[in-house]
Amino acid sequence: MGMTMTQKILAAHAGRANVEAGDYIEADLDVVLGNDITTPSAIREYRGMGASRVYDPHKVVLIPDHFAPNKDIQAAAQCAEVRGFVKEQGISNYYEVGRMGIEHVLLPEQGLVTAGDVIIGADSHTCTYGALGAFSTGVGSTDMAAGMARGKAWFRVPPAIRFELTGKPGPMVGGKDIILSIIGKIGVEGAQYKSMEFTGPGIANLSMDDRFTIANMAIEAGAKNGIFPVDDVTKAYVEAHPCVNPDMKKEFRAFEADPDACYEQTIEIDLSEIDLTVAFPHLPENTHPVGEAKGIAVDQVVIGSCTNGRIEDMEAAAKILKGRRVAPSVRLIVIPGTQQVYLECIKQGWAQIFVEAGGVFSTPTCGPCLGGHTGVLGDGEVALSTTNRNFVGRMGHPGSKIYLAGPAVAAATAVVGTIADPREL
Amino acid sequence: MGKAFVYGDHVDTDGIIPARHLLTSDPDRLAEHCMEDLDAEFVGRVEAGDVIVAGRNFGCGSSREHAPVAIKASGIRCVIATSFARIFYRNSFNIGLPILECPEAVAGISSGDAVHVDFQTGVIENETTGKTFQARPFPPFLLQMVDSGGLTNYVKQALEQEGK
Ligand code: SF4
Repeated sequence: MGMTMTQKILAAHAGRANVEAGDYIEADLDVVLGNDITTPSAIREYRGMGASRVYDPHKVVLIPDHFAPNKDIQAAAQCAEVRGFVKEQGISNYYEVGRMGIEHVLLPEQGLVTAGDVIIGADSHTCTYGALGAFSTGVGSTDMAAGMARGKAWFRVPPAIRFELTGKPGPMVGGKDIILSIIGKIGVEGAQYKSMEFTGPGIANLSMDDRFTIANMAIEAGAKNGIFPVDDVTKAYVEAHPCVNPDMKKEFRAFEADPDACYEQTIEIDLSEIDLTVAFPHLPENTHPVGEAKGIAVDQVVIGSCTNGRIEDMEAAAKILKGRRVAPSVRLIVIPGTQQVYLECIKQGWAQIFVEAGGVFSTPTCGPCLGGHTGVLGDGEVALSTTNRNFVGRMGHPGSKIYLAGPAVAAATAVVGTIADPREL
Repeated sequence: MGKAFVYGDHVDTDGIIPARHLLTSDPDRLAEHCMEDLDAEFVGRVEAGDVIVAGRNFGCGSSREHAPVAIKASGIRCVIATSFARIFYRNSFNIGLPILECPEAVAGISSGDAVHVDFQTGVIENETTGKTFQARPFPPFLLQMVDSGGLTNYVKQALEQEGK
């Protein structure tokens, strides 16, 4: 029986000709990722395993992005622990504050991940790199420790749902609207334990940034991974973002699903029918077309995160904010995903647009996305955010509310003061 | 064994341990805030041996291992749910928090009921009502890992065998 794209990558990394859904395998890892929250626990487990050297100091990637730049003394201690481990183990992929970015925006940009890789990260949105045609999934700190020690992880080979994309998205509709509407359709456990494999002619109409956003939120449908086929858009992106670390020796490998691959289900999505989409509190599956959200008052708008902190997101927001002012009742916080995105915002004049509009323009960090810092919500406050989770208390007080949307809707909402359709401005 | 704390579907990791408390990985300090935003009384009422009973997709959201760690350190002996989110599922095995999928038990246990679980057989007994339920058995691979004492021990043994 044929294999899906995910199954092929896993088989190749387990040294097997064939795997089937449900098999338990151990796969070799190309990258093991951790951040300032998950790495300290992983270091403790790593020591508990009796490990002394990481399997490959050039394949471990550690990024302080969640509570960094250090939000307080405890955060400083956690980041210092990570830094100490980097030194001790000679880890070459460490990005210090001032050079770092949100991990899932940073890794592809720096060329640390590529097509055909198997990647685990102690962060649930590690599934983002599936956009490049890699198998990439989030794990916990103990898995990360095991990965660092042995260069291997255990997996149950997942079955897959195929999403057949056709058509072209309408004006201002982007990756966020597509993935939110898919989650609205299948629910937050619609792909539980499974791969979401995206195929079809519609993919040619999606930029790399759209694909990163879509793969990023596969976890919000419960999926193990989301994955895109490798095409010219992927190749052009990888060529434009060569690996900055020569010791990593990245190998670009395009895997294709077999023609007779077995899928549990095929879901057809016509991209031209997708509207600008908003997820209402308190689950990402509570989606509505923006028209149904119009008029809901918000206190804060956040544009950024590993979901929408890329160059195209900043551009989409800047286009709408240009020559406009943020509504007096709203606090706008714009956080580019990496230093490169930040610099691009300056070069293109977008930074000036954000500041002139009356918004905050911050250094890269996860910050408000997880209620960490730089925009924590108070009791009863309402936010519209381009982040990925709107659970109770995710961005601050359990009495706050979060609406999720893409950057165009977010920028329009900041201007109007209530959730707004950017096409009507 | 202990009393049941019953919750609904989609209990997420922000509800189990909010990110504002992730400035430590110390299990006991995490346990002080377990379920805080979802059930402010949990920490005051939980006793060693109690169980959590919940609906679908328990543990969805973040990859934070702090979530099963906080639950385990709070004294909870076991989580019984209709289904689990995948990272939470894997983390629980890796850190040695027993979890069982059993929709029938979820339907048949109310808040405060006395519950007993036999991990060998997967039999869950509601001692308050006298009803018993059979949970799905663990797959053999996971049993093996649980038997070797979680992933940390499993890797320790593997490293010793590989001479690293
Ligand atoms: S931006 Fe938000 S979702 Fe993404 S890695 Fe940071 S905290 Fe997690």
